[in-house]
Order: sequence, then C-alpha cells, then structure tokens
Amino acid sequence: MSTSTDTISQPDGSAHDDHHDDHHEHHIPKGITRWLFTTNHKDIGTLYLWFAFIMFLIGGAMAMVIRAELFQPGLQIVEPNFFNQMTTVHGLIMVFGAVMPAFTGLANWLVPMMIGAPDMALPRMNNWSFWILPFAFLILLSSLFMEGGGPAFGWTFYAPLSTTYSGDSTALFVFSVHIMGISSIMGAINVVVTILNMRAPGMTYMKMPLFVWTWLITAFLLIAVMPVLAGAVTMVLTDKFFGTSFFDAAGGGDPVLFQHIFWFFGHPEVYIMILPAFGIISAIVPTFSRKKLFGYASMVYATASIALLSFIVWAHHMFTTGMPVAAEMFFMFATMLISVPTGVKVFNWVATMWRGSLSFEVPMMFAIAFIVLFTIGGLSGLMLAITPADFQYHDTYFVVAHFHYVLVTGAVFSIMAAVYYWLPKWTGRMFDITLAKWHFWCSLVSVNVLFFPMHFVGLAGMPRRIPDYALQFADFNKWISVGGFAFGLSQLIFLVLLIKACRHQGEKVSDQVWDGAEGLEWEIPSPAPYHTFETPPVIK
Amino acid sequence: MKESNASKPVAGSKSTASAKQQPANHSRTVGKLVLLTLAMFGFGFALVPLYDVFCDITGINGKTDNEAAVYESVEIDETRTIMVEFITRTNSGMPWEFKAQTRRVDVHPGEMAEVEFYVRNPSGRDIVAQAIPSVSPGTAALYVNKTECFCFQHQPLKAGAEAVMPMKFYIDPQLPKDITFFTLQYTLYDISEKAQPAVDVAMNNS
Repeated sequence: MSTSTDTISQPDGSAHDDHHDDHHEHHIPKGITRWLFTTNHKDIGTLYLWFAFIMFLIGGAMAMVIRAELFQPGLQIVEPNFFNQMTTVHGLIMVFGAVMPAFTGLANWLVPMMIGAPDMALPRMNNWSFWILPFAFLILLSSLFMEGGGPAFGWTFYAPLSTTYSGDSTALFVFSVHIMGISSIMGAINVVVTILNMRAPGMTYMKMPLFVWTWLITAFLLIAVMPVLAGAVTMVLTDKFFGTSFFDAAGGGDPVLFQHIFWFFGHPEVYIMILPAFGIISAIVPTFSRKKLFGYASMVYATASIALLSFIVWAHHMFTTGMPVAAEMFFMFATMLISVPTGVKVFNWVATMWRGSLSFEVPMMFAIAFIVLFTIGGLSGLMLAITPADFQYHDTYFVVAHFHYVLVTGAVFSIMAAVYYWLPKWTGRMFDITLAKWHFWCSLVSVNVLFFPMHFVGLAGMPRRIPDYALQFADFNKWISVGGFAFGLSQLIFLVLLIKACRHQGEKVSDQVWDGAEGLEWEIPSPAPYHTFETPPVIK
Repeated sequence: MKESNASKPVAGSKSTASAKQQPANHSRTVGKLVLLTLAMFGFGFALVPLYDVFCDITGINGKTDNEAAVYESVEIDETRTIMVEFITRTNSGMPWEFKAQTRRVDVHPGEMAEVEFYVRNPSGRDIVAQAIPSVSPGTAALYVNKTECFCFQHQPLKAGAEAVMPMKFYIDPQLPKDITFFTLQYTLYDISEKAQPAVDVAMNNS
C-alpha cells in the first residue's frame, strides 16, 4: 500500500489505521533491542504475558515437586525444609509472577485499544515497570540456591517465622518483594492515568468496557495496598537484621500485628487477582451469547463495592488468633456481605446467557468453566467465613482447595479465556482450535481431580504446608497428585499452541474475529497494527 | 477528524502532538497517585502505633500497662472476689528457671496484693531478661493496675545467681461483673544481645 494516499478518514478509524500501520511498520525496531527499549503498549503487553507464562510454568514445576512428595505418605523425595521452600516460592511466583503480570499484560494490550488511546499514558515508565520484574524473580529464585536455602516461611511470611526463624536469604526475599511492589505500583499508576486522561472523545465512564472498569478499580487497590506490603517486608527486614522490634514481644512489639498488616494488604490483594477476571468474563459472555451484557451499571457498582469491602474483612484470615467475639462477628458478617455483589455478578453473567444465541468457542468454554468453578470457590469461601467453622477449617487443605478454586479455575482460567479471545486479534490468525479444545478439556478434568478432593482431606483435618500426612489421607492424595501432574502436562499443550500462534500459523481472521464481538478493539484491523488510534475514534 | 487528513503524511507527529498536549494533565494525575502511594506506605507504618493505641483502649491483646500505677483513694469492693492465677514460661532458648512463688491469689477489686516470682540463671553466662505480661481474657488487662513490677525493668542476672522478684497490683473495681477469674502470664525473653551495654553498667554497680 502506498504511504501517500489521502483516504477520507472514517469515524471508526479502521481504514485509516490500516494505512498508518503500513507507514509505521517500517519503524518497528528489530532484534532484542526492540524488546529491551520498547515503549509500545502492545510489545510490553506481550512481554508481560510471556513472562507470566514462563513464571506459571516455573511455579507449576514447584507444585509438581510438592505433589510428587505428597503422592505417598512419608518422606521420600525432598527434605522438609526444601518442601517448605517449594510451597513458599510456588505461592510467591504464582501470585506476583504469574497472575498479576498476566493481568498487567492484558491491561497493556487491551486498555488503550478499548478506550481508543494511542498508547499507555507513561510509555517509558511502562518499559521500566516490566523490565525490573525479571530481576525481582531472578533474585527470588537465586535465593533457593543459597546456603540455607530460600524463603521457607510460606508466602504469607508470618513473623516470627520470617524474622526469628528464617535464613539469611530473607534479605533477598524482601528486596525481590520490594521490586515486585514497585513494578506493580508503576503499572497501576500507568493504568489509572491512561484511563482517566486518555479516553477517546465520547467515551464516558459509563461507556467503558467492563475490563477497563475492573482494571481501573484494581489499579486503585494496587496503589492502596502494595505500599502496605512494602512496609510489612521492610519491618521484617529491620526486625531481622537491624534490631527493631515491630513483631518481637521481647522488645515491646507484637507478632499478631504482623498478621494485621499483612492481611490488610493480603485481602485486597485477592481481589486484585480476581477483579480483572470479572472484566474478562464480562467481555466474553456477551460476545458468544450475542446479547448485550445484562446489568452493566450494576456490574460497575458491584465491582466498586467488592473493592471497598475488601478493606474491612482482613481479619477473617486470623479468626484463630484470639480476637474478641465482637470483632470475630464483625469480620464474619463483613466477609459474608461480599458474596452479595459477587452474587450480582454471577447472576448477571447467567442472565446474559439466558435466551442468548449461545455458541461454544474456546474462550466461551473457559468463561463458562470460570463461572461454575469460581462459584464453587466462592461457596467454600463462604464456609470459611463462618467463624466457628473456620476454627475447624483453618490451615487445612480445605483452605488450599478454596483458594485454588478461585485462583486457578478463577483467575488463571479467565486469563486463558482472555488469551484465546484476543489472541486472533493480536496475531491476525486463528489459533489451533483442536489443540485449544484439548487444552480446555484436559485442564478442566485434571484441575477438578486436582483440587476437588482437597476439600475432603481438608474437612477430615489434613493440615496444609506439611510434607507428610496421616495414612488415612493416602488415597485422596494419590488422586490429587495424579490430577496435578495431568494439569501440569496439559499446560504444555497451551505452550505449543502459543508458539504456533506467535509464528503466525493458522487461518487469517477478519477484523471482528468473533461474530458478536463488540468494542473498539474489534474495529481495528487484525492483526492489530503496531500503532492504533493515533487519531482518537469518535464514540457515538 | 478532518484535521487528521492534513496530518496524514506525517502520521508520527500526530501522536507526539497529542502527547504534548497531555503531560501537564498527566503529571497532575501522576502526582496525586504518587502521593497516595507514599501516604499508604506511611499508613503501613502508622498501623504500628495505631494498633498499640487500639489495643491500649480495648485491651484486646492482653497487655497490661507498662508504667506503675498509683494506689490512692481506691474503694475496695468486698462483695466480689476475683481469682488471679499466675503462669510463667520462658521463651525458647532462654535457660532461666522461672517460677511463680504464689500460684494464685483471691483478691477483692481495689485490694492491694503482692506476689513473688523466683528466677535462677543456671547457665554459665550473664543474662539480661525482659518479662512480657499477657492477661487472658484480654479484656481484663485494662483493669490490672500494677504499682510495682519486675516487668517494668530489664532483669540482669549473673551466671548461677538467683533472685526473687516482687509484683504488687490491685484490680480496678470497674472490672466487668462477668469476669470472676483471670490469668496473668509472664514470658521471659533473653535480651542480653540488645541490652549488653546496660548490663555492664548494672553488673558493675552491684
């Protein structure tokens, strides 16, 4: 295409951008420096997503070590101390290395395209917020090879485990968490500024796609609580190495205070990991139901109320620390209150599907699996919210089952749904549908074999984070491990599919990709040009 | 949109132009968000004193007052008798023997009571200890007033030495009616490393 045509620009900007694209394609830098120095939101989104996927595989490999050890009762494969390091680093990597960067990657790719902005507001900072992340995880992973091993106190790093009873590598853990925190805060600031300042003319707040809304609220949560986490790890650092007594009773501190500070961060953190998922599902379900999303405004308000409530429920993680009954009652009821806005969301998704012209493409299959399985995770969360019941469930595999249902079949499934949904837009080619279906069905079956029996062993009293267990749990644990290995292997199908997609194999797709898909990102060409919306589109 | 036609041949400049309109706008928003970040970082640390204040007011973490109370014009409520039980323990790695000479006392609210604790340092090194009290149920902690307590100071003990440490207290008559019994536990921590300079002074003086 020639670069000097004077096409009349179109309000939706598609022909226009197509043209620009060719003009710009020549400027895409080649080689490694393209990725090192890039300030392009699409490049950075891709980097985040690949980074998250690699971390997902590394964290998954650690889960395989855990499941291999727990395949049989008794100690056979790893030392208990190494087992503890595996549970700790698995948790840290999956939370900070896989789920959060994956969502940030999706935000980078999609938020500018959805609101009609040419790029993120602060592209250079965007580059920084990605490129410090690999170093954070390099530091964390290298601590595993140090004398005395890496962090072994659980991803929650409760004092005094992390202050009195930890190894010297705690300093590395602290610094890597600091870097992760700085990265997420910079990413969050970027998202907020982009959404507040760079919406296309006519894109009012209540016209924004829900993915943008949920990310805006998530970004505020990140800005509010990541600094508190930074404070908590700093206090652990000074308690351990510089003689302060924030959490040391002998010096006037209080170990329980650690849990209050940590969970003040920790509970909003779990919503940081699920709100963007709500946005993704709210984009996919209407497309494949060929209907508008049911109850858009209530979705926005529900998201906001979940975010606000998340600040007043933290102590439900600490029911057994000996709080007064009045406090336990408060945190119990506040926690249960969250199920109301969450229920509104699930209701709206189902109502969107109700009498829709449903079709079951791969993203929709993941979305429906999300709705069903996330709801199971939500229900076990309600059970855990009941204070007297929690005294029984606390620190058992029931808790493990609960948060893996909401994080794996919740957050991770939503990320996979998002990748399948937007991948054709990114690459311009349809992914290998046969492989995708294999990936879906293998994951769906194995993930339930993996996590569902955990409810049973948990209710029967099997404690979490212990490398050995009583004989009575042997059969279920064998099944759990088999499910775990199968789920891990299933992700290799996804890896093959992604590599094929990045090599541009597959059939070309139309601009809209999915019939029924609506939104600005479906009006630009496929694959999405390197630069989009340099001229803002006009939203009717 | 008409405008964009004109700028088409220099498409790259369009984005820089729009980017140039933005910075003032952006930096205000960024400034606010950075302030919010710093404020929340500060809030994390502010939680430490806030927690202490909150616990002081409500007594939920079972800590008693760290300063000596003054015993004057306290009315003794002879209609109630409260049983106070004493438990002692040492932190892991702390070699001292630590016993309550008085296992329990029955006192009227407002009445002064004195109890004694025995400590011995069987180890071959000088150790400084700090005792940390904890009351259970926690709500009773607010009503335990100590006029004298070994827990107010560091306790240095030479290798092989022993001592008897007194504690005087009275219970505030305002103690809620439903509490008829509570436990006061002391845990001894070895704080020699942190308190070494202070010890040397104390040891030389004695």
